[in-house]
Amino acid sequence: MIYNEEFETLPREALKALQVKRLQQVLQRVYHTVGYYKKSLTAAKISPDDIRSLDDLKKLPFITRQDLLNNYPFGLFAVPMSSIVRLHASSGTSGRSSVFSYTKRDIETWTDLTARSLVAAGLNKNDIVHNAFSYGLLPGGLGLHYGIEKIGTSVIPMSDGNTKRQILLLQDFGPTVLCSTPSYALHLAEEGKAMGVDMKSLQLRVGILGGELWSDATRDAIESAFGIKALNIFGLPEMMGPGIAMECLDGRRGMHIVEDHFIVETINPETGEALPEGEEGELVFTSLTREAFPLVRYRSGDISRLIPEPCRCGRTHIRMERVLKRSDDMLTIRGINIFPVQVEAILKEIEGVAPDYQLIIDKVGALDSVELRVEVGEKFFSESGGVKELQKIEKRIVKDMKDYLSISPRVKLVAPQTLKESGKKVIDKRTI
Amino acid sequence: MKVEQISVFLENKPGSLEHATRILTENKINIRTLSLAETVDFGILRLIVNDVEKTNKVLKEAGFRVSKTVVVAVEVPDQPGGLHSIMEVLNKEAINVEYLYAFVEKSGQNAVIIFRFDAPEKAIEVLLKHKFTVVPGAKLYDF
Ligand SMILES: [Zn+2]
Repeated sequence: MIYNEEFETLPREALKALQVKRLQQVLQRVYHTVGYYKKSLTAAKISPDDIRSLDDLKKLPFITRQDLLNNYPFGLFAVPMSSIVRLHASSGTSGRSSVFSYTKRDIETWTDLTARSLVAAGLNKNDIVHNAFSYGLLPGGLGLHYGIEKIGTSVIPMSDGNTKRQILLLQDFGPTVLCSTPSYALHLAEEGKAMGVDMKSLQLRVGILGGELWSDATRDAIESAFGIKALNIFGLPEMMGPGIAMECLDGRRGMHIVEDHFIVETINPETGEALPEGEEGELVFTSLTREAFPLVRYRSGDISRLIPEPCRCGRTHIRMERVLKRSDDMLTIRGINIFPVQVEAILKEIEGVAPDYQLIIDKVGALDSVELRVEVGEKFFSESGGVKELQKIEKRIVKDMKDYLSISPRVKLVAPQTLKESGKKVIDKRTI
Repeated sequence: MKVEQISVFLENKPGSLEHATRILTENKINIRTLSLAETVDFGILRLIVNDVEKTNKVLKEAGFRVSKTVVVAVEVPDQPGGLHSIMEVLNKEAINVEYLYAFVEKSGQNAVIIFRFDAPEKAIEVLLKHKFTVVPGAKLYDF
């Protein structure tokens, strides 16, 4: 099934013409409403009128995550707050997180796009969706929720956590579709097994999984644990949320990118030079229809490859391979994206710890676990070297990490030599 | 009348205590007594040594986090009720003890109890008033 037959199967020539028209419109709009773009286009000596084809796109400057941070919180909004109906944000302290806004029409568009993803996964009115993506500031849970209701499917807004309860409801409500991060799906399978539940005998038939890097080996594990077909969904919080790309039921052959709403390019992450379709590189997205928070040439940091060959399902939109690595040091921990610099900013605010730290990320069962090693500050220890004071610091670090980044690390205070010996700020022991 | 104790932060991993004692041995420092406070993640080694300044210096140079803490040493006869008689007084005078540890003098006659108080000055005053023997640092270091 195809949700929006007209647009999802638009012949590529017509699709490209539509992209050019929408690109010109969005450029005019950001140039005249967002100070940042006026400045950056002027600095690049480009006027919106210079962009006449998709090929001209590469004349435009990139916008990066750092630019988003520099304009925290509302500096890149293209409409006044009176037109905005929703705000989402990434994790992080002030000035280290980004805020994403939506007009009423943005929400409608987003809803339509997630509806496309869900229909591509074969959902219909008779399905029940167990939505275990996080509901909250991050756009995952709510984004899908609206799409699920739009196509008339029942949704259980589970969010993440309360795993035992989730397993009870998986048995009692008999959902047919599981939406979650791949690692949480595996965690559910493990916990269910430990509770003596035969996870294969549940009603589930399809999983819509994403929000972190995962491999086909993980997909195999999930498919056999639940006896379901596991499909990959892609989204970027900066670019609206889930619904930007989705595998069709012809699965495992890449995710269709909704090209009538986004232009995707591949670039060499070192040089910024545009690469031919099909070569591996960093994905760069331009939003074509977003009103509140349009982004032109946003560097996603995701490394992938586009698949230009047509798909058997009939959709004409280009596909992207699953993302297996990043061009930067972003870490995804239990579906939450963080950067080491955000951890640094938190530690800087805590009296008694030295700036050196180390994040050790591993898996405990299916779930990510984080150990944060922090060096005790010399001055602090020499003035108040007691057990109580040190335990107070540990608690404060755990709390701030949870409050600002939604990560619950195990904090380990270490002697200064330990961190110097290793020299690495991040040790990621996970295999995807 | 106060005594200076050296507190050393120890990471909870094999070899960290040995590293500290090696530094002390290499620098010919005598440990009068010690105690180790442990949590799941770290430990704090508390030392009464013959040379506080030198210990502070050599451990810091070896990369340890070190602090000097004021404690109070009280001598009591090494017999039943020795500690209790002190605790009774402290309790009555509402003096809060953060932690304590003890050792027996070489002669075997007396025990020395090391106390960490929130308010050491006040504690010393109370102890002296009740005729306890508070051992000054200089004497303790050379025991
Ligand atoms: Zn397809």
